[in-house]
Amino acid sequence: MPVIAAMLLVALGLWLAINLYKGPAYFFTIFFIGLTNGALYALVALGYTLVYGILELINFAHGDVFMLGGLFSATMLLSAFHLNGHSSTGVLVAAIVASLGVAMVGCGLLNAAIERIAYRPLRGAPRLAPLITAIGMSFILQDVAIGWKGPGYTAVPEVLPTGKVFSIGGVVYTWEKFIVVLITVPVLLALIWLVQRTKQGKAMRATAQDRDAAAIMGINVNRTISFTFLIAGMLAGAGGLVYALYFGQIRYDTGFELGLIAFTAAVLGGIGNLPGAVLGALLIGFIQAFNEGLQWHAPGSNWTQSIVFSILILILVFRPEGLLGERTPEGG
Amino acid sequence: MRRRVLASISGAWWTALAALGLPHERWRALPAMRRRIVKAALWTVIVLLLIAWLGVWHWSAFVAAAIVLAIAVPRWSRTRVGKRRVGRVIVPLAVLALAVAYPYYGTKLPELPLFGPFPQLSTMVIAGIFTMMALGLNFVVGYAGLLDLGYVAFYAMGAYSAGWFASSQFSRQKLNVGAVGLYPGATGIHFSMWLVLPIAGVITAIAGILIGLPTLRLRGDYLAIVTLGFGEILPQVARNGDHLFGTNVNLTNGTEGITPIDPPGFGNWLQAHLHLPSNFLTAPSFGTGDGLDAVFFWTVIVLVLITIFCSARLRDSRLGRAWIAIREDETAAAAMGIPLMRTKTWAYATGAFFGGIAGAYYASYKSGAFPDDFFFQISVFILCMVILGGMGNIWGVIFGAVFLTYLNYEGLSNIGTQVNDKLGTNINLPKYEFGIFGAILVIVMLLRPEGLLPSRRRAAEFHEGVHDEPLYDAEVAGA
Repeated sequence: MPVIAAMLLVALGLWLAINLYKGPAYFFTIFFIGLTNGALYALVALGYTLVYGILELINFAHGDVFMLGGLFSATMLLSAFHLNGHSSTGVLVAAIVASLGVAMVGCGLLNAAIERIAYRPLRGAPRLAPLITAIGMSFILQDVAIGWKGPGYTAVPEVLPTGKVFSIGGVVYTWEKFIVVLITVPVLLALIWLVQRTKQGKAMRATAQDRDAAAIMGINVNRTISFTFLIAGMLAGAGGLVYALYFGQIRYDTGFELGLIAFTAAVLGGIGNLPGAVLGALLIGFIQAFNEGLQWHAPGSNWTQSIVFSILILILVFRPEGLLGERTPEGG
Repeated sequence: MRRRVLASISGAWWTALAALGLPHERWRALPAMRRRIVKAALWTVIVLLLIAWLGVWHWSAFVAAAIVLAIAVPRWSRTRVGKRRVGRVIVPLAVLALAVAYPYYGTKLPELPLFGPFPQLSTMVIAGIFTMMALGLNFVVGYAGLLDLGYVAFYAMGAYSAGWFASSQFSRQKLNVGAVGLYPGATGIHFSMWLVLPIAGVITAIAGILIGLPTLRLRGDYLAIVTLGFGEILPQVARNGDHLFGTNVNLTNGTEGITPIDPPGFGNWLQAHLHLPSNFLTAPSFGTGDGLDAVFFWTVIVLVLITIFCSARLRDSRLGRAWIAIREDETAAAAMGIPLMRTKTWAYATGAFFGGIAGAYYASYKSGAFPDDFFFQISVFILCMVILGGMGNIWGVIFGAVFLTYLNYEGLSNIGTQVNDKLGTNINLPKYEFGIFGAILVIVMLLRPEGLLPSRRRAAEFHEGVHDEPLYDAEVAGA
């Protein structure tokens, strides 16, 4: 089996190298797109991985919380700040920061509320019961979005500047991509600080390791779990704002599709493992961008979903602990 | 929360009984039959009052209530004729008779309050097809306890198998094995639909085994995700299958789908001698309004009966008991010598088999296999039927399938119209169909995880689980 995997990796590397040789400028443009998408996926993937780490529950509704965050920020940018292509930088920054804060708090509270209503009553039930309610919540949230905005896309005008930050070999790295990274990285750093350095983070890690032992040590397990959902929802809210700004359109099923991709990223990196989720998200971002963008023998966007899910299935079957490895019941 | 809601319901129940002059002790002393009657009567009054209060009253509610009560209240299953215990088949036979005769009286029934007119025959055909699928999924979810979120893949495979074996898709071939209704010189592969149904089932079952072998060792939610992945991949392959890998191999005709697909039929000889329709598309009406839908409806009833028979027999077989053992405790089952992988794979293959037959029949009824018919929501829709009705219980699953199909195809728009008329609102209820199914999933899981008509065993499993207080909740529960 390792031989086949190695051969596949070599073939993949060869394909990338040939593409790089045939059009280096084009290759790097695609590379930057992949990096930006990957950063965005990381925000959502971290939410999956946080919740899975602590509850061993795939929070299906997470992608839809992200979607509602996007719709919410889009509405806020348009209605409260009346952003358009000519807004001044000061207004832009203020609007983005304010929307980011509101979207994060709103999505955090929403996610915690979902946990309280749909998952906590089922703590002692068979493992499949909360998974089923999670699917139900996902559908409900999608219909909330349909009821609010209708089934069409909600558009956000292109407000981000598109000037250049730097360029490699004639390929321009533009501001709108850089802003995505600029929002994502501090959020990720704050999360790592929270989990590694604070008391609440310690409680989260302890609860994830052994819930009953943590309870004996005096940790309020239910509150810690609520807190984890709050954090995950805040990340989703930030992701929603970034998505709305960068892609410019969002609708009720955006969250479901992107959520599955982000979940794949979390599994690829090793679900329950925070750096793993970021790594997996970047990899998935690159894979998607290369698949859709490269010109020499790329399968194209018709196949993106199949490729992502094939990766998911292969990882789950052959290496359920993911690339960086967190010992899960499957992998242990 | 579940406990609080149930406690308040039972509190209201005892208060109501006491108000009627039946305190707790007297109620306990009553004979069981009389308790059943009082219970049923009370519920009927509540439902009828609710309907009247909503202002959607219609006299037919009395008839509907009477029929439901006649089936549900008397203990038919205890009935004996002489020494033979015929009771067990009375209710199923009554329901079957009502179903078979439906094409004759369905359109003549009066409107029901709230629900409006009775479903059309075409909706009932779809309901039959979904019943087969729900029973197929019940093998996987209900019996073996494996969550399958990609069941739509098997549905799609069945439909496309019908497309391959009973249409002009492969126009370079020219093969006719007992197919009916072909024009002279038709190209393509045409098997008789009666052969296509089992062929589709076998192809889908093989696909199920191929998918299951690597993935079924995964536990619970990981398996759910992997099946979801397959459920997303296969429809995409169908959508892109008109030139796979840049070649000209056209398997699925891409987004346009494969159409037309042959109808079932019995051929001219059987029509001449037994009056069976030679071709369903040109079937005589048999005294009903619509011969086409009627013959498709009766055929699907036969298919559902076969599925019910297989479900019941397999459930009680050695294999079925092994499934239930795995569902209850995988480790203990393995320790008792049950081969986990083989048993699970059989559950998967059996479920896939019936999903494939249902898909092929659906394709034949719709005369086409279209990639847009197969998406994730359908998987959840079928799962919702199984969960609402009661995982593992055949009758519950049938009820869930028929009721939800009706809701999806006609009920929601009927109810929406009636509610909007009365309240003067303008809610487009069918727009929220999947949110409503999602809400059903959540509410059923929170309040009655074993479903409306549970199997007794499954209910016990859920309640044992719920009463097993985790340590960190002990403080809250004790307070």
